[in-house]
Amino acid sequence: MTMRLDRQPGEVIDRRVEFTFDWNGRTYPAHPGDTIASALAACGERIFSRSFKYHRPRGLLTASHLDPGCIVQVGDEPNVRGGHRLVHAGMQVRSQDTWPTLELDVKAANDLLGRFLPAGFYYKTFIHPRALWPSYERVLQRFAHGGVVSAEPPHPADRYDKRHVHPDVLVAGGGPAGMATAVAAARAGARVLLVEEEPALGGHLRWGRERELSALAELRDLVATTPGIEVLTDSVVLGRYDDNWVAVLQRGLPHVRERLVKARARSLVVAPGLIERPYVFAGNDVPGVLLSTAARRLVNLYAVRPGKRAVVLTANAEGDTAALDLERAGVEVVHVEDARRGGDVVRVLGRRGVQAVEVAGGDRIDCDLLVTAVGWTAPASLLTMAGDVPVYDRRAARFRPDPARLPDDVLPTGGIVGDGSLEQLVAHAEATGQEAARRARGETAVEITALPVEPHPALFHGRTHGIVDFSEDVSSKDLLTAVEEGYDSVELAKRYSTATMGPTQGKLEVVNVVAILAEATGRTIEQTGTTTWRPPYVPVTLGALAGRTREPKRCSPMQTWHQRHGAAPLVAGAWIRPDHYGDPAGEVRAVREHVGIIDVTPIGKLDLRGPDVPELLNLLYVNRWSKLGTGRVRYGVMCAEDGVVLDDGVTGRLDDEHYLMSTTSSGAASVWEWVERWLQTEHPDWRVHVTPVTTAYASINVAGPRSRDLLRRVVEEVDLAPETFPYMHVRRGRVAGVPGCVLWRIGFTGELSFELHVPAAYGLHVWETLLDQGRDLAVQPFGIEAQRILRLEKGHLIVGQDTDGMTRAFGASLDGLVRLDKDDFVGRPELVWQDQGRGHPRLVGLRTVDGSVVPAEGSQLVEDGGRICGRVTSSRMSPTLGRSICLAQVAAHLAEPGTEVTVRLTTGGTAAAIVAQQLAHVDPEGGRLRV
Amino acid sequence: MILLPCPWCGPRDAGEFGYVGEIGVRPDPEAATTEQWRDYLYFRQNVAGWTRERWYHRMGCRRYLAVQRHTLTNEVRSASQHAGQGDDS
Repeated sequence: MTMRLDRQPGEVIDRRVEFTFDWNGRTYPAHPGDTIASALAACGERIFSRSFKYHRPRGLLTASHLDPGCIVQVGDEPNVRGGHRLVHAGMQVRSQDTWPTLELDVKAANDLLGRFLPAGFYYKTFIHPRALWPSYERVLQRFAHGGVVSAEPPHPADRYDKRHVHPDVLVAGGGPAGMATAVAAARAGARVLLVEEEPALGGHLRWGRERELSALAELRDLVATTPGIEVLTDSVVLGRYDDNWVAVLQRGLPHVRERLVKARARSLVVAPGLIERPYVFAGNDVPGVLLSTAARRLVNLYAVRPGKRAVVLTANAEGDTAALDLERAGVEVVHVEDARRGGDVVRVLGRRGVQAVEVAGGDRIDCDLLVTAVGWTAPASLLTMAGDVPVYDRRAARFRPDPARLPDDVLPTGGIVGDGSLEQLVAHAEATGQEAARRARGETAVEITALPVEPHPALFHGRTHGIVDFSEDVSSKDLLTAVEEGYDSVELAKRYSTATMGPTQGKLEVVNVVAILAEATGRTIEQTGTTTWRPPYVPVTLGALAGRTREPKRCSPMQTWHQRHGAAPLVAGAWIRPDHYGDPAGEVRAVREHVGIIDVTPIGKLDLRGPDVPELLNLLYVNRWSKLGTGRVRYGVMCAEDGVVLDDGVTGRLDDEHYLMSTTSSGAASVWEWVERWLQTEHPDWRVHVTPVTTAYASINVAGPRSRDLLRRVVEEVDLAPETFPYMHVRRGRVAGVPGCVLWRIGFTGELSFELHVPAAYGLHVWETLLDQGRDLAVQPFGIEAQRILRLEKGHLIVGQDTDGMTRAFGASLDGLVRLDKDDFVGRPELVWQDQGRGHPRLVGLRTVDGSVVPAEGSQLVEDGGRICGRVTSSRMSPTLGRSICLAQVAAHLAEPGTEVTVRLTTGGTAAAIVAQQLAHVDPEGGRLRV
Repeated sequence: MILLPCPWCGPRDAGEFGYVGEIGVRPDPEAATTEQWRDYLYFRQNVAGWTRERWYHRMGCRRYLAVQRHTLTNEVRSASQHAGQGDDS
């Protein structure tokens, strides 16, 4: 049985087209332009959901995005606002959290158990006995409200997007005030972004009569023809952040689910209009109780008759007009209760639908529709996010913005500011638009004459208890309970009762909550105040916040070669590195026995030039650098101001005033920032130029007894003989014909080795040349895993693995390196105190008694009673020694070589281990390095 | 987000910067007691009002700058080029 009316002058549906969609398994007709709610209402459907706690049947209340009674599941998308979402052919719509059906919902038993489920019931029930918590959880989960999220992977068309814009003026709200503001600002030369929540501009004009509709057409035409205005419909301003950084959620795009538009607006104009407030009385949530705006929207926008016999409770002109609209639509308006003359509604009778209304004076009127128009709420959240504290206006019975507290770049206009005729609203909006454009240009702020404010009766609740928060099923009785139990401030009462914490987030209910609390605590509404408005203004999907996934990867010039040759990829920050080529133990043997090459391009490299470089090195490293000669390389460790080890690396002097510093790969960026920080903020007088060259050079470490033989075949301009190129020296020359390469002899792996830094474009060429030229030397590539084993065999620490955020230099056994007798260097004061203290833990070499046991890295060392006295920081099976080797942090009293300690294994049980004589397990004298 | 007045790049979104910290006075490392040094390392004034702090324009010119920011309103004003300790602007 259809409730669809004949053509209405302002209707938004296209009657030429009809299609069908599904609601709870049954097919329904609809037109383009219908929302889910309007299409179902047109077919006479009245129940759309069950309430949150009591599972009471609920129907439409606002017939807009805010409607708490019409939140539905569309396909795999939960929590869709049925009063806003446009329906399309074949849409599959289901009610949420109703079982077995919407009509017969078993959980409605909650309603009968109501007295056991008052406000805060979860603080009082389901607590004892503790052993039943898992069962309670399973039961309560079934009652948790909400839709169903699919576990399927997202559809490829399910994309989210981001956009950055810089409008001069951003107008939030596309009603008459918003449109007039946008036009005036654009005419004044501003670039305007106009954001409107509904699918079309117009606001309340859209459901008006001839006067409103013709004003609507005029304003829409102006917006369309005035250059400089971009319009986003079906879009909402989510929040206003510092300096008018504004987030806008754009919906309804054909190829993207949602787009997050990030706007930096010079001026923000807030024109959200007013939100109609529900009235609190017994039965106010029964299907068939509508706000006047809902009734007018249904009749005028969607040509739907909301009922057959109506009672209207009106306190303002909009309510009066609603009664006329209903009559025009063929609804029998049997009674109009005028609140301005003392009229009131006592209760609504009926459960699945309105059956009768009891008014003040005792009359009981049979009807199926009750329309209320008791007042307006200012949606001031964007303004409060900008620092405003709205003021309660008693005459108008609503909160209004306080212009004195708004920053200059935020201007309110429209119904939120005041009342008046349409002409007055538009005039105020035009003045606001011009002023917004002026302020966007940087001109001084000029005040705009305020709109008049009309008196309105203060109507919040009637004489019976009813639902205050429809989304959270909080009644006025629950609020009184909260006050009785001591939660009498608005912030506490909110959290205890959960009022304003649901999908409507206070827009429909906060003023009623405040009024009821004020009365219950003997305070005024002003004294009670409201809760804090926070973004987002409407729900936004996590997908929109995430946008598109972009995960940049960094690869060395040799990465394609590694991939082709079966390298297992290691993700190290943004870098992809070769972990191994299939046999890391074999790679270790290759390096120890003949020669291997490894791609170490991610190593941090800083080119330092200037006369004061030695000052910088002395300041940042713990050891001495003034006497480093040209052609020499030195190992250095950097500490932070608290003495904690920050980074390590080698630095070589290429020339008089030219050095090359290397850092750990993970420290490449942070050490550069660190160096710059000291130069810029503490020593701007030092003449040092820093250029990061980490990616300017491809770096290859050639290691093994035959490394010199290999390099002789490819290096020119450098004499590689051990007397002319000793350990810890640096040279520059040609490698594989490439000029401008840096070579230094260092010893991370413990074998004779040369690290080559090659201009990056030639990295692959040099790599392939080395492999080609070294064939008969049995050259092999080796990866990060093999390098880890090799360096562990030599006891070389890795900052961040063998040290942590508390390890100061002496704790990393760097005693030999730290020069406390130097002038001020970073970390010195704490290192002096650490050295004096001597009770600090130490880094030691460690070997399990049973060499086949390889403790997991991070395994704890324990002593009597399970007290933790250290941990294993590095651990591997050593191919060179045929047994496991470790580095460990141990408490001071256990650090003596030969001490036996107990390792608690992660696999269960313990293993005995002995503290080694030194950190290096292989070739502790370092003879193999110096050949 | 806050707009920071980079002296070289102009007003830019705070997301381009790394926050370094409240600017404090570095005690003389030779003369400081452990208490004075650790006060400098770990304690902040953390005023409810104007504070001087350092930012690093990581995704811009990569210079360090000092600003004054009001911690209650996030109003930001003035920046100096050297952001040094002795700089009082």
